[in-house]
Amino acid sequence: MNHLLTIDELGADGIDDVMRTTDTFAEVNRRPIPKVQALRGKTVVSCFFEDSTRTRLSFETAARRLGADVMTFSAASSSLKKGESLRDTVETLEAIGADAFVVRHRSAGVPTQIASWSRAKVVNAGDGQHEHPTQALLDCYTLRTHLGDLHGKQIVVVGDIKHSRVARSNIAAFTALGAKVKLVAPATLLPASVGEWPVEVTHNLDGALDDADVVYLLRIQQERTDQALLPSLREYSAGFGLDAKRAARLKPGALIMHPGPMNRGVEIAADVADAPNAVITEQVANGVAVRMAVLFLMLGSGDLNA
Amino acid sequence: MPKTVETVIKGGTVIDASGTRVADVVIRGGEILEVGHGLEAKNVIDASGCVVAPGLVDLHTHLRQPGREEAETIETGARAAALGGYTAVIAMPNTEPTMDSAAVIREVLDHAITVACEVVPSGAITLGRRGEQLAPMAEMAELGVRIFTDDGSGVQDGGLMRRALEYAKGIGVMLAQHCEDNSLAAGGAMHEGAWSAKLGVPGQPCSAETAMVLRDIELSRLTGAPIHFLHLSTAESLAAVAQARAAGLQVTAEVAPHHFTLTDACCCDYDATFKVNPPLRTEADVEAVKAALIAGTVDAIATDHAPHAPELKEMPFDQAPPGMLGLETALGLALTELELPIERVLAYLSWQPAKIARISDRHGGLIAKGGAANLCVIDPNAEWTVDARALASRSRNTPFDGRKLRGKVRHTINRGDQVVIDGVAQQ
Repeated sequence: MNHLLTIDELGADGIDDVMRTTDTFAEVNRRPIPKVQALRGKTVVSCFFEDSTRTRLSFETAARRLGADVMTFSAASSSLKKGESLRDTVETLEAIGADAFVVRHRSAGVPTQIASWSRAKVVNAGDGQHEHPTQALLDCYTLRTHLGDLHGKQIVVVGDIKHSRVARSNIAAFTALGAKVKLVAPATLLPASVGEWPVEVTHNLDGALDDADVVYLLRIQQERTDQALLPSLREYSAGFGLDAKRAARLKPGALIMHPGPMNRGVEIAADVADAPNAVITEQVANGVAVRMAVLFLMLGSGDLNA
Repeated sequence: MPKTVETVIKGGTVIDASGTRVADVVIRGGEILEVGHGLEAKNVIDASGCVVAPGLVDLHTHLRQPGREEAETIETGARAAALGGYTAVIAMPNTEPTMDSAAVIREVLDHAITVACEVVPSGAITLGRRGEQLAPMAEMAELGVRIFTDDGSGVQDGGLMRRALEYAKGIGVMLAQHCEDNSLAAGGAMHEGAWSAKLGVPGQPCSAETAMVLRDIELSRLTGAPIHFLHLSTAESLAAVAQARAAGLQVTAEVAPHHFTLTDACCCDYDATFKVNPPLRTEADVEAVKAALIAGTVDAIATDHAPHAPELKEMPFDQAPPGMLGLETALGLALTELELPIERVLAYLSWQPAKIARISDRHGGLIAKGGAANLCVIDPNAEWTVDARALASRSRNTPFDGRKLRGKVRHTINRGDQVVIDGVAQQ
């Protein structure tokens, strides 16, 4: 694997590779000492230009369990604050010895830009409203654990598709693996030209629940009401929130997912989030193994204990 | 060669608004002395195989001085213009400070005295281009300013725009609008469409431009004032302008070379060199711009030459400033990409914009005895490749680096001075 910037460039075969490798690391993570030396001597720089505790910790844990050295670059207390350009920052970190950058940024495309300037490998850890490929990979892994092959499965994605990098990566991954994807959102939260995407689109959640194998809920942000995209979170919740009544209509075995952090009571009711068929904490747990697989495929020599 | 020496431009095909013919052109001291056959002079410029035309006129140039001299100066921008065949450029007023008073206009004119082409300042419509209070247009008009614009942004308030049009009409000047309704554009960094959705970049819809075009057409109708539309980019805007012109309104419009050559797909790698405002649009819009040029429903090709320092163009796409270089590539792009005879390309690049800028007394005029010696000599068949590093502009943000073009400026004569000889700037 060269860089991991988008799901599209990984493709179905690339996703399969990551899934297979993740099985190996899931086994490693079950050991009493969940650590290998596959990336000993490699340096992974975690560049979180936008705050994110869960994704940063997940990547840093993954890198350490592979034996890599981890440098943490914090934008809040960095040279960027002193006016250094992004490119100079990247070149400096590369000069210190970065083998890979894990990049989170509030602007779409920054990982792509860094990849064009640097010889180091780049993992997109979420860029603006563009993509969050490792989230999609861990979601696919979680789904496969429960459902096996995703081919022909009906996955309903609910919420703010327009502003969601998770949605873009997941739609690309789910469709690449042959799932049927249905998007459910108010018209204001759908992207331009969504009609050209290989998905079905509806504004009616109730009509989409009966044949769903998976309901994937996205986080809704308060600021969407300030931008006149929604009248209120209350109205959103009434139309698009997954409450117990709606969850009860799901067929047996259907899964409920959420990338976190959740707004309980808005896009998902508290009791639904804690239901047995909600696999939300499992998603987080799989995140470490998936990110180990990605870093290993990118930087490793192929030998787990090299 | 000093300009007091008689010079003959020999053996070229002379093209101006009156037509096309083979002729020699003798100039001296900033003036055309004679046009005819078998003319001789002490100094000879060989124009065989070339077109001799009035110098080009750019209605839309950002020279960045005062304020952003690291990106461009009046001197470097004028040199780039001369290399592109231009003998006059209209300098946009979005400098720092804004060209919104006689004092700043005077400063620009002072810096422009000895540069390689004539620099004609435009003035801001509102103070600081903030869209709140009218700038002192009359005091700027006294210094020769004829076009007023808040370019970089549009005048958002319809009532204010109406008053500005009335006031401008009263003092005999024209307003030019950058059409962008901020509430609809909503900070979008590229065209809103399939690509913006895929890239996760906030988009601005075509209607952000078109809505303001439609509003201002109505305001022109209401006030009886002329209006010029800058860099139109959408099929709907162009259709609205065509309709307004057919209805007899005093509406003129320009289009930019990047809008008839590039689409929003160019933004796929997040290279902010392709970020511009109005943004690169769809294939259908590109075709509409070309069709408008063929139909003659727009008046000018204008560059929107907008230099930016490299470090600014390496910012994240949504934060990088919009704009691209244009002066040195406009003619080549027009000759290569438009299915138009060279006579019509030159009309769009020279005499039609000269008329809008009201500088026809010295630019874009007929090549005849007594005319101004503001001329360019073009080899229409020369093939060349754009090299960003070789441009005379102080900045490097051309989206056309590596592009093969046909048609190149060989010589440019500014007020009788040979400012470009064999494609080389002389200053």
